[in-house]
Amino acid sequence: MTTAIPVSSLTKRISGLGRAREFGILLALVLVVTAATLNNPKFLFSPDGWRDLLLTPSILVLVAVGQAIVLVTRNVDLSVGSVMGLTAYLTGRLFIDIPGIPIVLVVIAAVVFGGLLGLINGALVAFAKVPAMVITLGTLYAYRGINVLWTGSDRVNASDMPKDFLALGTGQIAGIPILAIVALVVLAIAAWYMKNTRGGREYYAIGSDPAAAELYGLRVTRRVLTAFVLSGALAGLAGVFYAARYGTINSQAGAGWELDAVGAAVIGGVAITGGIGSVWGAAIGAVLLLTINRALPILGIPDFWQRAVVGLLIIGAIVLDRVLAVRQKRRLIEARDES
Amino acid sequence: MTTATTATTRVIRDYDKPLWRRLLLTREAAIVALLIIVAVVSAASIRGFGQPITLTYLLLDIAPILLIALPMTLIMITGEIDLSVGSMVGLSSVVTGALVQAGLPFEIAALAALFVGVVGGAFNGFLVTVVGLPSLAVTIGTLALFRGLAVGLLGTAAVTDFPEFWTDLAKAKIAGTPIPVITIPFLVLVAVFVVLLHFTPFGRGVYAVGLSKDAAHFSGVNVERTKFTLFVLSGVVAAFAGIFYTLRYGSARGDNATGLELQVIAAVVLGGVSVFGGRGQIYGVIAAALLIGSLASALRLVNVTSDVINIITGTLLVISVVAASFLAWLQKARRRPGRPPAGVTTTAP
Repeated sequence: MTTAIPVSSLTKRISGLGRAREFGILLALVLVVTAATLNNPKFLFSPDGWRDLLLTPSILVLVAVGQAIVLVTRNVDLSVGSVMGLTAYLTGRLFIDIPGIPIVLVVIAAVVFGGLLGLINGALVAFAKVPAMVITLGTLYAYRGINVLWTGSDRVNASDMPKDFLALGTGQIAGIPILAIVALVVLAIAAWYMKNTRGGREYYAIGSDPAAAELYGLRVTRRVLTAFVLSGALAGLAGVFYAARYGTINSQAGAGWELDAVGAAVIGGVAITGGIGSVWGAAIGAVLLLTINRALPILGIPDFWQRAVVGLLIIGAIVLDRVLAVRQKRRLIEARDES
Repeated sequence: MTTATTATTRVIRDYDKPLWRRLLLTREAAIVALLIIVAVVSAASIRGFGQPITLTYLLLDIAPILLIALPMTLIMITGEIDLSVGSMVGLSSVVTGALVQAGLPFEIAALAALFVGVVGGAFNGFLVTVVGLPSLAVTIGTLALFRGLAVGLLGTAAVTDFPEFWTDLAKAKIAGTPIPVITIPFLVLVAVFVVLLHFTPFGRGVYAVGLSKDAAHFSGVNVERTKFTLFVLSGVVAAFAGIFYTLRYGSARGDNATGLELQVIAAVVLGGVSVFGGRGQIYGVIAAALLIGSLASALRLVNVTSDVINIITGTLLVISVVAASFLAWLQKARRRPGRPPAGVTTTAP
């Protein structure tokens, strides 16, 4: 990113621009919520409205954060929806097969299982040097297929899972849903890790220029592997959330979420070409994506048009990023010519 | 990306081998061989697989994939991708249905749907070439946009009132054979795309763009125009597949062909097209689509749920790319005399 530029004022200006990108998407979110609330105050100012606003996006936020980490390294993880489906079913299965199993153990099992599935992706990508898109497209099918074989026409119902666990899905602490708190904590840790640790910065370096990162001596293989494990583990946690939130899990749980996750990250300013963006952006993108879905009917637009709006949003976001990048490049060239 | 340079050198290095080895030891040949093995083994061991009706349904089922795979092959050879094709199939289906419902003759409605395909493809092409955005991001956006327009236009309704002549034609067989009529336009398109790819400067440009955009540009290939044309072709062929899909199932719905894009891409990649661009053959892709289709119908005949095909598609995809990397790595390890296996003294040439 900005490490190569010695001019400090310039570095500041660019990081300010980066902040502005997330600010813009946050502004859009606030606008949507305000507009919906003006039309129907219950959208925000009712216990249910407030809860849904925070609870609905929590699961996608987790998946989008994982996706953002992978995207930053110039890879992509299309298998997250299938990983989520598998871990959600595993969650239900554990409660059924081992009565009385502690909830913590189930959560750990699901996260570890998700991480393992991510490890398979990462190992194939990092060692076989095959594009992530191909590998994760393959595992998208393979994991979903395993899920279908395992689940069959079976279904885990809410009555199969302990009440305490389901209470996690709807419960609140000080008016804030528990799942939203967990998602926020995970997000904060991920954001800190990506911004302040050596490991986090190396993801950006790898995504900006893989060849240069290799020459510089970064352990590209290990970092890419870690990114996929993180994405898998977060999708695993999202699977537990899914089970707790919806209570019903069939073999199609989480189908199609991979595109929502990539879409959320892209809306939030994470570049699909790697090296740019933040997990905050991806998380706000996820919230915006799902909030718009709920806001449209209130704004008088039939919810059939919801996917079209999401599409416009994604295209608008990448066009905006392009404009910002072009302007920034021009500024950098001017600054170089002046000095 | 990281291995782009090795892919390039591999293509060039291939020419020092004799022709028969170049033809027989390719990815495409492996897929064709696998297709023949699957077909022969299934015909011999599964009752009903050898019957003509199996072939009819096999071809009818994978016709949309086969059709869209043709322009997708060219797009992916240039190193780009089009994820919006499944949604375009749905949109074209809905446009056809909505116009027929509004009282227009089917032929006019179908033409309008093809036009929508051109416009949609041009929109993708504009964003990729003129604005300069990555096609993966653009077409994830238009995947949602086209699907949203399709669902928005018809809601949950379905139009099923199509002229019998056309719905019968979509399911009809060529007289005296088990081969469905849709195979004829498909073969015409195959001929068009093969000629386009292998016998025109445009087609050479497609490979050149995929191998190196800059080199292609400096050798006079209009990179932007090549890509733009391909996206328009992709849109219009997807729209055509949408019309076929509508007639075949006799129903225009907003959620028609959801997820088709991933099946098409799986077939294209399995068929030996490099995601980095610059490499791939149309016959390999056709063989891969037929392979997936044959496996699906063979499994269906032995009462395995059709979803199991997902595992096979996915695993085949992963194995095929990983095996290629593994072979390349082996070859490299053998050629590198500087690092002999422990305990072995090399006799350097």
